[in-house]
Amino acid sequence: MKINEEWLREWVDPPLDHGRIADALTLAGLEVDDVAAAAPALTGVIVAEVLHVERHPEADRLAVCTIHDGSAEQVVVCGAPNVRAGMRAAWAPPGTTLPGGQRIGQSEIRGIASAGMLCSAAELGLGDDAGGLLDLGVGAAAGTELAVALHAEDAVFDIGLTPNRGDCFSVLGIARDLAVITAQPFSEPAPSAVTPVLDALLPVELAAPQACARYAGRVVRGIDAGAVTPLWMRERLRRAGVRAIHPVVDITNYVMLELGQPMHAFDLGRLRERIVVREARPGETLLLLDGSEIELDADTLVIADSAEPVALAGVMGGELSSVTTDTTDIFLESAYFDPVRLAGVARRYRMQTDASTRFERGVDPSGQERAIERATALLLDICGGEPGPTTVAESLPHLPTRAEIRFRPHAVERLLGTTVPAARAAAVLRALGMQVDDRNPANWLVVPPPFRFDLALEADLVEEIARIEGYDAIPTRLPAGSGRPALPPPQARIAGHARTTLLERGYFEAITYSFIAPDKAALCERGSPGEHAVLANPISSEMAVMRPSLWPGLLDAAGHNLRRQHDDIALFEQGLVFADAEGRFAQVEHIGGVRLGAVRPAHWDGAARAVDFYDVKGDVEALLHACRLGTARIDRGEHPMLHPGQAAVISDGERSIGWLGRLHPALARRLELPAAVYLFEIALPRVPTQDAAQYRPISRFPAVRRDINIVVDASIGAENCLEAARQGGGEILRDLQLIDVYRGQGIDSDKKSLTLSLIFQVASSTLTDDEIEDAVTRILATLRERVGGTLRN
Amino acid sequence: MSTDTQAIVAEAESAAAAAATLAALDEVRVRYLGKKGRLTEQLKTLGKLPATERPAAGQAINAAKEQVAAALETRRAALEDAALAQALADERIDVTLPGRTAHAGNAHPVTQTMARIEAIFAHAGFDVAYGPEVEDDYHNFEALNIPAHHPARAMHDTFYLEDGRLLRTHPSPVQIRVMQQLPPPLRIIAPGRVYRCDYDQTHSPMFHQVEGLLIDEHVTMADLKGVLDAFLREFFARDDLQIRYRPSYFPFTEPSMEVDIKLASAHGVSDWLEVMGCGMVHPNVLANVGIDADRYSGFAFGLGVERLAMLRHGISDLRLFYENDLQFLRQFGA
Repeated sequence: MKINEEWLREWVDPPLDHGRIADALTLAGLEVDDVAAAAPALTGVIVAEVLHVERHPEADRLAVCTIHDGSAEQVVVCGAPNVRAGMRAAWAPPGTTLPGGQRIGQSEIRGIASAGMLCSAAELGLGDDAGGLLDLGVGAAAGTELAVALHAEDAVFDIGLTPNRGDCFSVLGIARDLAVITAQPFSEPAPSAVTPVLDALLPVELAAPQACARYAGRVVRGIDAGAVTPLWMRERLRRAGVRAIHPVVDITNYVMLELGQPMHAFDLGRLRERIVVREARPGETLLLLDGSEIELDADTLVIADSAEPVALAGVMGGELSSVTTDTTDIFLESAYFDPVRLAGVARRYRMQTDASTRFERGVDPSGQERAIERATALLLDICGGEPGPTTVAESLPHLPTRAEIRFRPHAVERLLGTTVPAARAAAVLRALGMQVDDRNPANWLVVPPPFRFDLALEADLVEEIARIEGYDAIPTRLPAGSGRPALPPPQARIAGHARTTLLERGYFEAITYSFIAPDKAALCERGSPGEHAVLANPISSEMAVMRPSLWPGLLDAAGHNLRRQHDDIALFEQGLVFADAEGRFAQVEHIGGVRLGAVRPAHWDGAARAVDFYDVKGDVEALLHACRLGTARIDRGEHPMLHPGQAAVISDGERSIGWLGRLHPALARRLELPAAVYLFEIALPRVPTQDAAQYRPISRFPAVRRDINIVVDASIGAENCLEAARQGGGEILRDLQLIDVYRGQGIDSDKKSLTLSLIFQVASSTLTDDEIEDAVTRILATLRERVGGTLRN
Repeated sequence: MSTDTQAIVAEAESAAAAAATLAALDEVRVRYLGKKGRLTEQLKTLGKLPATERPAAGQAINAAKEQVAAALETRRAALEDAALAQALADERIDVTLPGRTAHAGNAHPVTQTMARIEAIFAHAGFDVAYGPEVEDDYHNFEALNIPAHHPARAMHDTFYLEDGRLLRTHPSPVQIRVMQQLPPPLRIIAPGRVYRCDYDQTHSPMFHQVEGLLIDEHVTMADLKGVLDAFLREFFARDDLQIRYRPSYFPFTEPSMEVDIKLASAHGVSDWLEVMGCGMVHPNVLANVGIDADRYSGFAFGLGVERLAMLRHGISDLRLFYENDLQFLRQFGA
């Protein structure tokens, strides 16, 4: 909310400059986001009185004006339609530079010398009205500097109010708090009371008292349709960021800014018989002031006359009943609407107005008459007219009441860690408008004022005392006690090992959005369509589905880097995906990566080599080992995003825990990625899958190595051969390596030769030749039996 | 020593000196000292001498053999030295050529920042806790004292799933889950992704927060200020960091405060920068999880990881975090 210093000081005038006032407000919880100059520099511009206006002999639209600048007469040519004799206007003499940078000189316009320029509000940087001269009103004395006449040295505070402080949406509210914060007197202007001269009134019926429990209304007849809003009011509105529109509307806005009570003025002639505050009926529509027509839901609160809705209660008036430049008879509304009901309406119709914001956060339920009296007084001053009596319809049972809060003064120390003397605490609470019954020193009873909607508990009162005393007054110390000695949780440790492994192998960590485009989510589906978690209100259609896999995000990141001329890419991401291995909704921690380009950069010792499947498989094997998933299997598999011949499923023996392979070339083309892109992804275990390693005796006897060459069908997986050899070797086979794979000359074209290196060793003795020969024989037999392997000659 | 023997020694010495290789030198050795070597042959002639002359002659030949052996050894050492010198010269390499480095990657600056935060709080005994990102209304709002029509819901531009669940708008639901499961005293931090339906230059629809919670007997705002002072000074590695606490509003804490810091930069000291929100856990929240608010009190705090990362590393554009440009990521290597 914006509020200007000069207005605020009418209510409370602390001996502080505006910077210190801003600090004081901020440190008491009313955060001042910005302090801005109220007006641009207006150096040299002075108030002038227009004496005569004659038509320019050469141009219909121009006037030749004789003005008085306080010391002499000047002739100025002016094109503004509203220039008239007797008007006080802003005159920029020759030599002046206007806020927009325009330099004013002595000029001749169509043959007539013009001394400087009479200015519009826009030319002076005082708003966007460029349609005519800024009318300074009769109060401004010719010759006065405009900056003085306008209080241009004034500052505007922009205050970011927290949702609990609806009571501060006004000069009154801010001033009330500032007076307590700075211990200054709060000089509340005496409430206006206007004596009715008519007995005209419009009956008001509260048909939905839960939503509107109080409604004050007043008829004012015979206002001057030609009245203009005085400059002082327009300036205060402008400084608060509110446009001047029409004197009646400006007055209601002004009262809202001053007292926090939103008001509305209807054209009385457009209202039929009475006011009914009721819920809308099915099918009713309402054309609003902003030109939009809304269809009203059945439980929307409206202001209606005897025939139809005339305003969306607490949000915006209707177009048809609004005041116009012809309006002479009006009906003023000042009501209390229930915050919860209002919050619902504003959300449903996606309309946020100054009025609805205030009602949502809570308007003083006792302030309706005061506002209507203030508005009437201003109205009579500015527009004249004859007021009727104020009518108030209310439903007392539905008005909010402030319950007593039990307050133990000891709670201050208990929550803040410092003491505030009881007398001081009581004084602060009373200064903030609370009734404090402290006859029982251990148990006070405190009743908050009607304008505070945020005080219901002891802790709320402690906060009030703390913020007035200042949070600086709270000491700092470290908490007693200590935490429980513990390792990080297992999933964090496992993820840490996994991450370290990938980082050491050259992967950079990426963080991609958890929501992806639906078509990219669909790519990851295997078999039946998955139950994707779909956002009801996505930022964009590209960010609409919670990712079932890390791959789409990683591929996007790879694409981004390729476009930025990074060719060798290794990225990984760790985070939740929102589907399990079967495609059902689940929140599972995954780690996955994408790799493409050179396996290592070109080096003086050799050319760069492109990444292939086995590089990435090596990464995955290291990753599985790091995750204590060393027993996981990697088998041929099929995945819609992967090359059918270079895809592998990773399983923990029973269930699939991840995938590894080359991006399907057709998909690579579609995503404008190179042909050889490799991907992997596994679900991170949440609990350790292995206990602490257990020591086995180390052998002090020699190991013996035998290499064998076997020939198998080319289609047999190497892992099957290794498994068979392991099985055949038994306990004395300590280690087994596949050291060569050969296809070509000397071997049938549908066969391949594998060279296995066998290492035999036991802990208790030196192995004999016979024992080793037996083992090799068993291995060969198992290979023959399991995979049809024969010894190569 | 006979003139013969002397001649042989002289001949052997010059042959040794002339040997250009170790192999040639060995031939010299064989020729003079081998089984059929010339000095060995000389020894065999001793038997023909009268017994009285034998010892002297034998000594002379042995002396000659030692002399030759010494000459051979000298030459061998010289040849070996030369060979080693040659080998060393041949094996000279350019030690300034780049090594075969396997370049390591590095963690994302956001993760690094979270790890730094976790490490600092771990030292103060805070356990790390995790929770789901797709949450229900109860844990994200209701239990945190934000009922359906609460104006504070407007502060949380919430993403909803079509089934009514939502993406957590803060890690605070983890607080609730932990307090539901474990009795006080509690010290936890909950780092992770959070989501708000807001996207512009300074807002990302997904970002990271770390939330902290401490529940115990006799916990006050003084403890909260003490912990956060220590945390911020450690995080920014500045013992003289200026820190300011001011009242604010969060539905789940009362009293609530916001924490501002001033950082030194190349342009002098910054204005106050808001870095954290915090407060004493609201009595309604404690009641919702069944903690006796008359016995226990506690504080909670929340901070934006990206914000702290930006301040610490001088990053000016939030969007850089999610582009994953390698030129950006590489800058945060150890």
